[in-house]
Amino acid sequence: MNGIIKENPTFVLLLGMCPTLGTTSSAINGMSMGLATMFVLILSNLVISLIKNLIPDMVRIPSFIVVIASFVTLLQMLMQAYLPDIYATLGLFIPLIVVNCIILGRAEAFAAKNGPIASIFDGIGMGLGFTIALTVLGAVREILGTGKLFGLTLMPEEYGMLVFVLAPGAFIVLGYLIAIVNKMRKA
Amino acid sequence: MSPHVHNNDTVERNMYGVIIALIPALLWSFYAFGLGSVVVTLTSVAACVFFEWAIAKFILKSETSTITDGSAILTGLLLAFNLPSNLPIWIIIIGALVAIGIGKMTFGGLGCNPFNPALVGRVFLLISFPVQMTSWPVQGQWGAYLDAETAATPLALMKAAVKGDASALDKLPSAWEMFMGADYGCVGEVSALALLLGLGYMLWKKIITWHVPVSVLGTIFVFAGLMHLVDPTMYASPMAHLFTGGVMLGAIFMATDYVTSPMTHKGMIIYGVAIGFLTVVIRLFGAYPEGMSFAILLMNAFTPLINTYCKPKRFGEVVKK
Amino acid sequence: MKKLESSLLNMAVVLTVISVIAGGLLAYVNGVTEGPIQEIKAKALADGIKAVLQADEATVQSTDTIDGGVAIVYKTDKGTAVQAVNNNAFGGSIKVLVGFDAEGNILGYNVLEHAETPGLGAKAGEWFQKGAKGDIIGKHPAKNNLTVSKDGGEVDAITASTITTRAFLGAVNSAYQAYQGGAVDANSSATQQVKENAGDADKAACCGDPAKCEANFCTGDKENCVCGSN
Repeated sequence: MNGIIKENPTFVLLLGMCPTLGTTSSAINGMSMGLATMFVLILSNLVISLIKNLIPDMVRIPSFIVVIASFVTLLQMLMQAYLPDIYATLGLFIPLIVVNCIILGRAEAFAAKNGPIASIFDGIGMGLGFTIALTVLGAVREILGTGKLFGLTLMPEEYGMLVFVLAPGAFIVLGYLIAIVNKMRKA
Repeated sequence: MSPHVHNNDTVERNMYGVIIALIPALLWSFYAFGLGSVVVTLTSVAACVFFEWAIAKFILKSETSTITDGSAILTGLLLAFNLPSNLPIWIIIIGALVAIGIGKMTFGGLGCNPFNPALVGRVFLLISFPVQMTSWPVQGQWGAYLDAETAATPLALMKAAVKGDASALDKLPSAWEMFMGADYGCVGEVSALALLLGLGYMLWKKIITWHVPVSVLGTIFVFAGLMHLVDPTMYASPMAHLFTGGVMLGAIFMATDYVTSPMTHKGMIIYGVAIGFLTVVIRLFGAYPEGMSFAILLMNAFTPLINTYCKPKRFGEVVKK
Repeated sequence: MKKLESSLLNMAVVLTVISVIAGGLLAYVNGVTEGPIQEIKAKALADGIKAVLQADEATVQSTDTIDGGVAIVYKTDKGTAVQAVNNNAFGGSIKVLVGFDAEGNILGYNVLEHAETPGLGAKAGEWFQKGAKGDIIGKHPAKNNLTVSKDGGEVDAITASTITTRAFLGAVNSAYQAYQGGAVDANSSATQQVKENAGDADKAACCGDPAKCEANFCTGDKENCVCGSN
């Protein structure tokens, strides 16, 4: 359960920056992206820990990628069919889960060395850490950018600072959140 | 600040020198925009000084206060000069917080900031509040502030021309009017004449050298002039480019900021030419009508690289044969 | 269980087996989800058409693609929805879906694609809706002058976004031309009102006089004259 605070993939390990910066324009988008990544992470961790002894070392990375890519494609098709609204906002970023270094990183560093139960829990921990980070980032950007939180209006929209909904705002908020997390970890 | 520290040269002397050089443009803005200009300038300066003091005292917990060196006053003035004179006070305060908080103190205060703080504040506001930041009051409404009547700036007309409105350029004021400052724009950017007076003062007092302003203005003149020759109905004349928007203000006061510009003369010229080029590219082909602030910020980011490749010659270095 | 050795045979077999299993799984899921995905796409289009026609139900009777996709006309029992594009917007092109009733009045619109500045031109999705400042709902592109008030028209431009507004109105006017069956021009902004395409006013004259019939793009002969573009 290191993934939630101590080894938080976003704030501490700085992994998976592309979806982190790209999809967190609102709390709900950040959370959806986090959950989608968590889904792939748990399944790929489980499968890789089960078949780790069947895979010769020299082809382990291609094998991991095939497993991960299959789950991502599966997720993409399922979301397109049953969650079309979320798919419309996250669409571009779903295929990119394949190259999210959190997933390959956990497969290589954890699932390939541990049993299936431990791997599932590692996937849940890391996935939760990623989901929490993206939700917080999305929430801060949504409040400052549009005056809303999960779509509920907290202050009139004309006081929203648009820059936070756009890419530069993602960098600024991420930077300050990392600073705060670092401060908390040292304290 | 190393390359600028000789004998009696101090941060205070340079900062207050720049502030004195801004006075002609400030007076012109009071004349042109009246009450609105006064409110915007005072709010911006007061807010910048306050945030500098508050962040140093409560967040950084530093012993010495830097508010007397004039740098926060200068940032406040430059920020105000880059805002329209009918901007509500709460937006100005956010701008000051971003300029001082994000633009300067996050990086460690004066001398450590990679970007010009006033421009960080302005660009933040421009992207965040595009409607308020791009409605410009008409001149001569002395008593008006928030309710001032607004009109399209010469820059907006120039953008419309690029987008295919052939008659837009005919509505531009004459180059002479724009030079004197009779057009619309931000608080401190409208009068090229007043800003050039400031440049003269700073060159005389040796606060800055000619390299950055001349290379920025020269590049804009040449590049905009070439585009004008290609298609005069689509691209405005080079004089119009020089005398509108933030070009004069940026070239003279923002791009020359010590902390964020290169140290050697050769580096300054590379930096200035690139700013001029980027400004015209953004003005003609970008999404925003004005490109000066973006161009300066982009080149601020390249300043360490320029400094690496244009190292000052060390004293006593042997010239290679 | 011991780890398999990295012999060539082992590697080839393992990769093949993994790929075949993954491929089989994906093929199965693809088969399951293909139907719902098609349904959703068709429903999104149908919903869009229903929304701009302000109708609860609308059945598409014919689809007509003009000039290789510059405009697409969907004729339904409740009116006509036209998708049109204008390439002169601030950030490139803007694509709209406009609903017209039988007389050519605008029932509703929807901005499908755009790349305008957030906070400025990107407001086009709400600005021209019913009750908003630039309301175009209920207007008729040939009877109302749907251009920016600055150009002499009757639509207030989005604050500080005249260029976007012109492009948007250009797309709306193109949609009307496509609705009328005329040629579509995606590359000019709306600075002038559209001309009614050999319109109703000329119809009587046209049908009475073969010479005028020709001049007004009519087809057919004196008795059997059809007005409109050929």
